[in-house]
Amino acid sequence: MEYIAVFAPLFAFLIAGLFGKQIGDRGAELITCSFVIAAAISSVFLFYNVILSDLENHSVMIVPVADWIVSGGFKASWTLRIDELSVVMMCVINIVSACVHVYSTGYMSHDKSRARFMAYLSLFTFAMLMLVTSDNLLQLFFGWEGVGVASYLLIGFWHHKDSANSAAIKAFVVNRIGDLGLILGIMTIFVIFGTISYDGIFSQAADKMHDSFNFFGYEIHAITLACILLFIGAMGKSAQLGLHTWLPDAMEGPTPVSALIHAATMVTAGVFLVARFSPLFEFAPEALIFVCVVGAATAFIAATIGMTQFDIKRVIAYSTMSQLGYMFFALGVSAYGAAMFHLVTHAFFKALLFLGAGSVIHAMSNEQDMRNMGGLWKKIPVTYGLMWIGGLALAGIPPLAGFYSKDIVLEAAYADYSWFGDFAFWAGIAAAFMTAFYTWRLMIMTFHGKCRAVKEVQNHIHESPRVMIYPLVILAIGAIVSGYALSSYFVGSTSYEVVEVDENGNEYIDIRNKENFWGDAIYVKEENDTIEKAHHVDMWVKILPLIMGITGIAFAYLFYMYLIRVPEIFARRFRPIYSLFYNKWFFDNIYEYIFVRNVFSFGKVFWKTGDERIINGFGPDGLAYMTNIFAKIYSKLQTGYIFHYAFVMMIGLVILVSWFFFGFSAD
Amino acid sequence: MIDFPILTLMTFLPLLGVLFLLSIRGSEETVRNNSLWTALYTSLFTFGISVYMSLHFDSSSSDFQFVEKYEWFPSLGISYKLGVDGISLFFVLLSTFLVPVCILASWKSIKKRTKEYMIAFLILETFMIGMFTALDAVLFYVFFEAVLIPMFLIIGIWGGKRRVYSAYKFFLFTLTGSVLMLVAILTLYMQVGTTDIPTLMENPVSGDLQMWLWLAVFASFAVKMPMWPVHTWLPDAHVEAPTAGSVILAGVLLKMGGYGFLRFSLPMFPEASLYFADFVFFLSVVAIIYTSLIALVQTDMKKLIAYSSVAHMGFVTLGIFTATIQGVEGGIFQMLSHGLISAALFLCVGVVYDRLHTREIAKYGGIVNNMPKYATIFMFLMMASVGLPGTSGFVGEFLSLLGLYQISTVYTVFAGLGVILGAAYMLLLYKKVVFGAGKNSDALKMKDIDSREYAIFIPFVLLILWLGISPSYVLSRIEPSANKLIELYQNGISDVVIEEATSNIKEFGKLPEPEVKGND
Repeated sequence: MEYIAVFAPLFAFLIAGLFGKQIGDRGAELITCSFVIAAAISSVFLFYNVILSDLENHSVMIVPVADWIVSGGFKASWTLRIDELSVVMMCVINIVSACVHVYSTGYMSHDKSRARFMAYLSLFTFAMLMLVTSDNLLQLFFGWEGVGVASYLLIGFWHHKDSANSAAIKAFVVNRIGDLGLILGIMTIFVIFGTISYDGIFSQAADKMHDSFNFFGYEIHAITLACILLFIGAMGKSAQLGLHTWLPDAMEGPTPVSALIHAATMVTAGVFLVARFSPLFEFAPEALIFVCVVGAATAFIAATIGMTQFDIKRVIAYSTMSQLGYMFFALGVSAYGAAMFHLVTHAFFKALLFLGAGSVIHAMSNEQDMRNMGGLWKKIPVTYGLMWIGGLALAGIPPLAGFYSKDIVLEAAYADYSWFGDFAFWAGIAAAFMTAFYTWRLMIMTFHGKCRAVKEVQNHIHESPRVMIYPLVILAIGAIVSGYALSSYFVGSTSYEVVEVDENGNEYIDIRNKENFWGDAIYVKEENDTIEKAHHVDMWVKILPLIMGITGIAFAYLFYMYLIRVPEIFARRFRPIYSLFYNKWFFDNIYEYIFVRNVFSFGKVFWKTGDERIINGFGPDGLAYMTNIFAKIYSKLQTGYIFHYAFVMMIGLVILVSWFFFGFSAD
Repeated sequence: MIDFPILTLMTFLPLLGVLFLLSIRGSEETVRNNSLWTALYTSLFTFGISVYMSLHFDSSSSDFQFVEKYEWFPSLGISYKLGVDGISLFFVLLSTFLVPVCILASWKSIKKRTKEYMIAFLILETFMIGMFTALDAVLFYVFFEAVLIPMFLIIGIWGGKRRVYSAYKFFLFTLTGSVLMLVAILTLYMQVGTTDIPTLMENPVSGDLQMWLWLAVFASFAVKMPMWPVHTWLPDAHVEAPTAGSVILAGVLLKMGGYGFLRFSLPMFPEASLYFADFVFFLSVVAIIYTSLIALVQTDMKKLIAYSSVAHMGFVTLGIFTATIQGVEGGIFQMLSHGLISAALFLCVGVVYDRLHTREIAKYGGIVNNMPKYATIFMFLMMASVGLPGTSGFVGEFLSLLGLYQISTVYTVFAGLGVILGAAYMLLLYKKVVFGAGKNSDALKMKDIDSREYAIFIPFVLLILWLGISPSYVLSRIEPSANKLIELYQNGISDVVIEEATSNIKEFGKLPEPEVKGND
């Protein structure tokens, strides 16, 4: 079963990739879709096996496949680890991936290289599965890089477009910066623990909590260093502030790609990584603060940018970044379960929104600018309805999924009762308002008002084919029920009160621990259990996010339906702030100015001056040149005239004689 | 074990082929055809023998195997002695694998003096195998230097426009180092009284002399490696060399430096290796960043890959001089993997060069449409070069860095920056050559790779994948020898460490200070 769940996409990739010509586009679509659906079904079975069948005593499966790198004391193997955390991820990945696969057969129907596209999607799915099912850090890194490559290939899928190629390269290179952090983290962990297998690391975590590590000549708390380095990797992949600039550009890829990779799965790999390493992060409180602050800042800043963008996909992309920020600050306050919960619900509703946006773009003949849309709801009512579901879920309106997960995330932040928890809470509340605002801004600009598209496009607007709608329906069901259905498992209160009677007949209240859904996969120190505390926060904390969501929607409705000129006035009034938001806080420009340009000019200097002038100039070329000059001078001496030679002899004789006479007399 | 002299047979079989080639007569066409086939068969047969040998290689032993010894200059104690261990085994295999590939790759592109070209290649093969199997310092030196001659001719005769300049530059650089090495070998002979490599390894000379000898051999190997700042011969040599020449240059010749470090520097001069380790790390890290930056701005495909080779070889020296098991194995593995990947990348350049006769990156673009198979293979090789896990490039790079990280975090971080830059220049190259709209209509008319070219690339792809997914076949055979090497090294420095505890290591301060001293 576990082999099907993980390796079916690999075979789908190999068949579609190598024999795409022979089996044709249709064949490739059939094979990849059926294989991934099979994987999805098997992972649901696995989920059942691991978790639901036996709530008391989860069975963790570890399936060794083969050795990978063995060198001295270092050992990395190919192993599948199926536990609570990985099985949840597998379900999310395979289900969303199956939906996206099916959807793509419709969305890409006009494309010339569909087989290649499907193969890449399957490759991505496989790499992602390897990432989440790994039992050691190096296999995780394999998956980590594998999804990076698949993402690179898919962003640059339309390779005739220069912008797509550049975006693909940017995504890969920016991710590599994060990957450097991750690989350093892996090496640090190997040096500290002498192993990179999860069980080996986690079992020693408590023993090593006082160790220090010499890094760049500074003595640093070893586990904190390892955690921060791992988190830098997570920042790259999950587009956290500083390493996020690739994500909006990645929207150059076909929309199903954005839904699968840049919303539901790959970008959440960082969240998964931190949750997986909860047994380590728990011993590194400073690292957790760092995670929390970065997450909160990302949630806030991304939301501000999202409010000002006009490209429908970019709005959703910034929204994704913002929601990832939520997950990270939840991790930062030790609410790992809440982060995973938000990850799951977000995967459903964000994939739904993206695919819905794709459906809109498909209908609009590849138009992505919302300023050229409007009034579409009558023409594509099904998409409209599904987008409503996604939008409500994102804005956190009950009883949809986003409400449950966003609430628990914010409550947990509040319940941490620390400066960074408060910071995250208020940043999250502000972002919740903005989220609702930009979501409805998107809905209204796209579906309501007058249609601003050109005539030809307008005539062409059509509802998407059924093969595109069905996957959306499945995701919509997920977006509706996943919050309610999973909340008691993922973030349920771990303790409950029982009235007991002691031997004297007095009643007293005993607090008992319920079996934790996450089992040993997530470790939380008892004093850090914010999820537990979150269930006991004040009422206003619980209601505030919902109020923010509703006000956000109301404002957007007001501004974009009735007071259409207000946004413009705002933009003009607060010009500096607006341009800060609109220009994405100038991250790209600053990076371009500081890094990109300098790297190239350094390259030129090293090449032209370093290599050619200095090394060659003083080295071989200089040597050859000097030899030449000496030879010329020397050859000039040999004129061939007797009187020249006689003259030189005379001079020599004079010198010799004078030295003979005066040299000795000096004694 | 095998009871006939398999190493001698393998080494001199190509020369037998040369004799055959010399006897070929007839019209130009028949000479060309016959010499191509003769060379191919000879090299394939040699490859077969080397595979046969590796199957009989005892993977658990750290000793030299298949040892043959004959007196050469008995009065001087110099002998003809061959043998392989886990370190040299795979270099021999790499050499014998690459030569038939080179011959296949030259099938159509070499039009003039085919016979002589093939003779040069077969002689080169003899010298390469001889160098990797020699167990006598003098014999090693002879082969080590002799390799230059056919290579010089290949660049100088069958090269591009500036071939003579490049050939001389190549020769000048490499010969300068070699002279110093000869002096070092003579000094060793005077001190120890033998040139037998295993004996020399076990009897390191005294501390002060080690420093000088280390520097002397370092000069030779660093040029071959090539390390910064003596790398500038490499881009020129690559650019002007014919495709097959580049393949051998990148695939085997660059490995001679690293092999030399493993055979000579570490075991014979352990104290000096320890003393100069920081110096080597510094040069390597500079090489990685410096050449990666240069590679970013190249306009010539071959030059770009040549510069990237310098960066990749930086990881090798980093790994080797950590003298940790991961570092040494990583260094060796990185050499093998680079031998495959960069060789294949040069073949990739060769494919389009054969069609368009230019290496200018700007002349290409958009060829993915007319050459999809080529684009796929190129993509795979690019990813391998970038060090993607699952390809051999990752294993070597990662293990070297892991070894280094245990010694110095600072150098590791800076070397890691090279990994990022490596991704940048390779992806940019690929984008400019393969993707995009494509402006040059001639480039858009090029034909996709044919079955001969397919046959060349497929083994590379499979080997790179195999080594990336399951490197244990190779690593487990390297490990005993690598362990022995480290043991020798540590025996050599244990005296120093004890001495250091009592007196002070600064005693060696008479020597020029290394440029940078590590701060940890």
